[in-house]
Amino acid sequence: MINVEHLYKSFGKNEVLKDISIEIKQGEVVSVIGPSGSGKSTFLRCINLLETPTEGNITVASVDLTDKKTNVTKAREKIGMVFQHFHLFPHLTVLENLTYAPLKVKRISRAEAEEKGLALLERVGLSDKQDAYPSSLSGGQKQRVAIARALAMEPDLMLFDEPTSALDPEMVKEVLDVMKDLAESGMTMLVVTHEMGFAREVADRVIFLDQGLLIEEGEPHTFFNNPQSDRAKDFLDKIL
Amino acid sequence: MNLDWSQIVPYIPFMLEGIWVTLQFVIVSIVFGFIIGTVLALFKIGSLKPLRLFADVYTSMFRGTPLILQLMIIYLAVPQLTGYDISPFLSAVLAFGLNSSAYVSEIIRAGISAVDKGQTEAAMALGVPYRQMMIDIILPQALKNILPALMNEFITLTKESAIVSTIGYLDLMRRGQVVGANLYRNFEPLLFVGLIYWGLVMVLSLLGKWVERRLSKGD
Ligand SMILES: Nc1ncnc2c1ncn2[C@@H]1O[C@H](COP(=O)(O)OP(=O)(O)OP(=O)(O)O)[C@@H](O)[C@H]1O
Ligand SMILES: [Mg+2]
Repeated sequence: MINVEHLYKSFGKNEVLKDISIEIKQGEVVSVIGPSGSGKSTFLRCINLLETPTEGNITVASVDLTDKKTNVTKAREKIGMVFQHFHLFPHLTVLENLTYAPLKVKRISRAEAEEKGLALLERVGLSDKQDAYPSSLSGGQKQRVAIARALAMEPDLMLFDEPTSALDPEMVKEVLDVMKDLAESGMTMLVVTHEMGFAREVADRVIFLDQGLLIEEGEPHTFFNNPQSDRAKDFLDKIL
Repeated sequence: MNLDWSQIVPYIPFMLEGIWVTLQFVIVSIVFGFIIGTVLALFKIGSLKPLRLFADVYTSMFRGTPLILQLMIIYLAVPQLTGYDISPFLSAVLAFGLNSSAYVSEIIRAGISAVDKGQTEAAMALGVPYRQMMIDIILPQALKNILPALMNEFITLTKESAIVSTIGYLDLMRRGQVVGANLYRNFEPLLFVGLIYWGLVMVLSLLGKWVERRLSKGD
């Protein structure tokens, strides 16, 4: 599903990602963890080209994103992204947030878009909020709408960048539950998170970044109980 | 106090006519300035360096020199250089329109860049093309920042329009001066004209407040 080969990314002289290679299979849920500034967000943002890689190849669903001939805008339709700070469209209602891209980008009919939108709202438990504006929602509700908005484009793959970091503790669970449900439905997911519980329980694989290097990867149980590298050990000691 | 309002009564229609004369070129200037200003703003946020540079230099020039000088240059220098006998009306519209466009472009640019960058990223991540994103997502949000500032610019333009009296254009201001010279009494006609300007600006301000209220309904 995703194939990253020798990915490098620099901001000016600052080399943020160094020679990252990884392959992610269809339906796999991969957690990306690592200290602040290690390049987790940059890595994720390279996969839908919100950041342009300095070097290397990225293929998503057999489309080579780093090929100059690829229509990046088109390719992004199939890659959903959920941000730490939601970024819902504040001037649109909840349902309009969900139907906007299907209507304007995929050009499906309004009736179909609304039907799908309502079904998604039900799935994330927010059927009663379809006409509300984002400003009237709690953080957890906003994030669930943001997930539904991304799903409305029927993506092959979902990227999450610390989806629960901006939430009050009591709202973390409702969002993680939606993500868990999504993982069980077979969605391919790449999740940057500080929620080790999620990484442990839901992820099929954990990758650990530090200073732009992919230091270690493995099955969660092995990684958390028996990390191989000193850097991963240090990191886990600090947070667990 | 030695005010005698009765003397200006016969001149009142003459002065009131000035409202229309002033409004005429103010409206044309605003529209002209708004169109050019929008184009300049697009240059400024676009990715083409030469256009960006042009828009920046243009803005800096028009904001960095006195408006009255710009008016004089257009009114006096154009005939001298090209032989074309430019009318006061056309000079005024050009000077005010070009000058205003510099401010308008800055207002629009600032309004757009004040929209959270996350909005652009969210739209891009959904595969929304640039043009559509601008029209549906960014501009509606930017308008909330832009419209109040734009209204201020129109108010400023309305007041500053009095400068055209210096090139002999018979606007509201000039008419006040003419009446003053006829009567050998300046205070009353100037005060009268002043009240009219104030009234015009009040109408514009109220209009602005109304637009602002309508825009903030979504929050
Ligand atoms: N747009 C940018 N311009 C310049 N430098 C950037 C940019 N984005 C990120 N960086 C730098 O890249 C490095 C990695 O940042 P990144 O946001 O990917 O880290 P992160 O692992 O997501 O950290 P956090 O856990 O704090 O979110 C940092 O040193 C950051 O300063
Ligand atoms: Mg980050």
